[in-house]
Amino acid sequence: MSKQTKTLNEPNESKQQSKYKNLDVKVRDFIGKSKFFFILSLVLIVLSILSTFTGVDIALEFKGGTIITYSYVGDVDISTVEDTVEELIGSGVTVQQGDSLDSDTHTLTLSFSSNDGLTIEMQSDVTDAVTALYPNNEVTLVDSNDVDASSGSEFFTKCIVAAIFAALILIIYIALRFKQISGWSAGVCAVLGLLSTLIVTYGGVVLMRFEIDSNFMAVILTLLGYSINDTIVIYDRIRENQTILPGTPITDLVNISNSQSIRRTLQTSVTTFFAMIVVTVVALVSGLDSIRSFSVPMMVGIMMGTYNSLCFVPALWVWWQKRRGVTTLQPVKKKKKAVV
Amino acid sequence: MRKVKKPVFFIVFAIIALFAVSTITGLDYQYGDIVHTYINGVDDIRLGIDIQGGVDVTFEPADDVEATEEQMDAALETIKLRLTNLNITDSETYVDYKGSRIIVRFPWQAGETEFDPEEAVKELGETAELTFREGSDTTTDDDGNTVAAGDIILSGSDVEEAGIGATQDETTGKIEYMVTLSLTDDSAEKFYEATSELYEESGTISIWMDDTMISAPTVSAVISDGEATITGDFTYEEAKELADKINSGTLPFSLETTSFKTISSTMGEGALDAMVLAVIIVLACIIIYMILSYRLLGVVSAIALIGQVAGMIAAVSGWFGFMDSSTLTIPGIAGIILSIGMGVDANIITGERIREELRKGKTLDTALRSGYHRAFSAILDGNLTGILVAIVLMGAFGAPDGFLVKIFNNTIFYFFSATTEGVIYSFGFTLLTGLIMNFIMGVFAARLMTFSLSNFKCFQKKSLYGGGRSVKANKNAE
Repeated sequence: MSKQTKTLNEPNESKQQSKYKNLDVKVRDFIGKSKFFFILSLVLIVLSILSTFTGVDIALEFKGGTIITYSYVGDVDISTVEDTVEELIGSGVTVQQGDSLDSDTHTLTLSFSSNDGLTIEMQSDVTDAVTALYPNNEVTLVDSNDVDASSGSEFFTKCIVAAIFAALILIIYIALRFKQISGWSAGVCAVLGLLSTLIVTYGGVVLMRFEIDSNFMAVILTLLGYSINDTIVIYDRIRENQTILPGTPITDLVNISNSQSIRRTLQTSVTTFFAMIVVTVVALVSGLDSIRSFSVPMMVGIMMGTYNSLCFVPALWVWWQKRRGVTTLQPVKKKKKAVV
Repeated sequence: MRKVKKPVFFIVFAIIALFAVSTITGLDYQYGDIVHTYINGVDDIRLGIDIQGGVDVTFEPADDVEATEEQMDAALETIKLRLTNLNITDSETYVDYKGSRIIVRFPWQAGETEFDPEEAVKELGETAELTFREGSDTTTDDDGNTVAAGDIILSGSDVEEAGIGATQDETTGKIEYMVTLSLTDDSAEKFYEATSELYEESGTISIWMDDTMISAPTVSAVISDGEATITGDFTYEEAKELADKINSGTLPFSLETTSFKTISSTMGEGALDAMVLAVIIVLACIIIYMILSYRLLGVVSAIALIGQVAGMIAAVSGWFGFMDSSTLTIPGIAGIILSIGMGVDANIITGERIREELRKGKTLDTALRSGYHRAFSAILDGNLTGILVAIVLMGAFGAPDGFLVKIFNNTIFYFFSATTEGVIYSFGFTLLTGLIMNFIMGVFAARLMTFSLSNFKCFQKKSLYGGGRSVKANKNAE
């Protein structure tokens, strides 16, 4: 190992380019484009936050309320159903018609405007009323979902607390594991990158008119683990290069590490992204809407995560180090023994 | 690391193959009509209600009554008994004391067409009617149901509290558990009359919950002070169950549903097929992609990936004896697919590293060694952070009786009641098993297979490991 390291650093220090040649990887100048990355990230984040004003669909499970779906054959009159049910429960209801997978039956979706949910007795009454209205149309309950508003908002808060808690654990973990490359700044940069991934994913979900539901929460929480992984691979490379290439300016060090990691980062993003494309296509073909609100936001998150870990986070970290007046990282002597 | 011998590849391969096959098929043998299952296969996987159809309902005491733990236990016992009466055998029930919630999930019963979920749930939440009756006679009502026939001695409101007592046998030292019963002052008199009458003829008093007899003790003493005990070789659990049941008849509140979800099975069956298809497509394509990109290392990673997927299925089906089986949901399958995409990451990191080392002109053996060694810290850090996130997810959104959940609910989520949001828990579970399997298969098994294969003459070309044309043999480094 040590022999190898020497040969890498032997060329005269004055010719910087020749040092790169021995790495046998084309070094791309990531950090030189820092300004562009900062502006791009800022624009994306601001746009995502602004997307909130175009209207956010919050799913029933968070805001509370009731949706009941029936299937039926033949024809029913929507306004009759609406009037009957409204009279029965004394509050507003919206009825929508839809087609189910097999062509003969249709679906009838009743959304109740009250956020407090319907008691089970009332739901039962509604079912009886609709069935009585159209006794010959084989009205059957397909699914119903009823959530109390207070338990919905509690669930939402819990998701947020879980996400914050997980993020804190990640900062601490990175701070400890990457002490050599000034761990706390590395941890905070990684989590800032993660945060921007999550915000842009949120923006994507809002703009594509998906609901903010538990799938969205699952995407956010999964991205916490996935996207940080990408960043860590690059940090790991910086940590390693710091010992192999002592005295290299921090900008070059990060450029080299990034260039060495880019193939891996892209490969993994491609396989994961592809997996989600397949899920999306299968969901589209088979009418599985419930999964699309997982796979599509996940694709946005994977793209953003890749961009952030390769471009935004390293640029941010280098900027931070320079602000602190650090231009080269001290090689760490007490390193685990390397393999020969 | 010691030199890995040639046969190791075949051993590892055989183990993974055996593991994968047994995960799919399971292992059981049929003796007469009884099937003994040794290993759970794919058919034994419990499907979630989003696939099978079913009901997911949360009960809370009506009118914001603050219920004690004993009262919640009692209410849970009522619900369990009613589930059995409704012939719902495959239910999950959880009680959360902090939020005074009872969560019940049950799938559609096979072949059930006339099942009315709304009626069933309504029935589950009703207050139980507890009666103490003379004798244990039954009769059949107009609908053909068996109902209690004896005269009512006491009803639920006459019981103040049921508890658990214990005595120790002086000679054997064995502890015997019993159910203690304290009655209200008004009803002590009624009970005195009944017991004195029944004691004469050594009759029994049967205890009924709705139309189910939960106990029928013989009267062995005349009780005048309203303090009775029921004995009968109970274990602690049995005594508690009976006490809870009796207490459920005395609950001062009824239960109302705060969330209620029914899903029909028609949607789910198609969904399952579609998702399984998606798993197969993704698996096949990624295997091809890996082999094209990394040649021999791609083949190794394909074998490891199959092992990894089998491992995730095994974790759900309960293949591992020490782990309880879990429930497979649609989001769970989506999580598995995501893990397939992410799972090759370890192989990609290693593959890229080996390729790099080869390009530096190292010998195959050195390149493999340093490739695996250097890739390890990145894989370790990446997987550990993922595992930390998965633990948070499972801890925050698991069932209230889970180990992680107990820790989390008493610390970080102290101010929240337990929620059992199946979707997020499913993701956490697949994420966790995926990452652990990634260590076992993607790192250790793959490493063994690669080193073993590299011993074969025919597999010693560097181009098989992604070395490419630009690699020049470097004899000096040897």
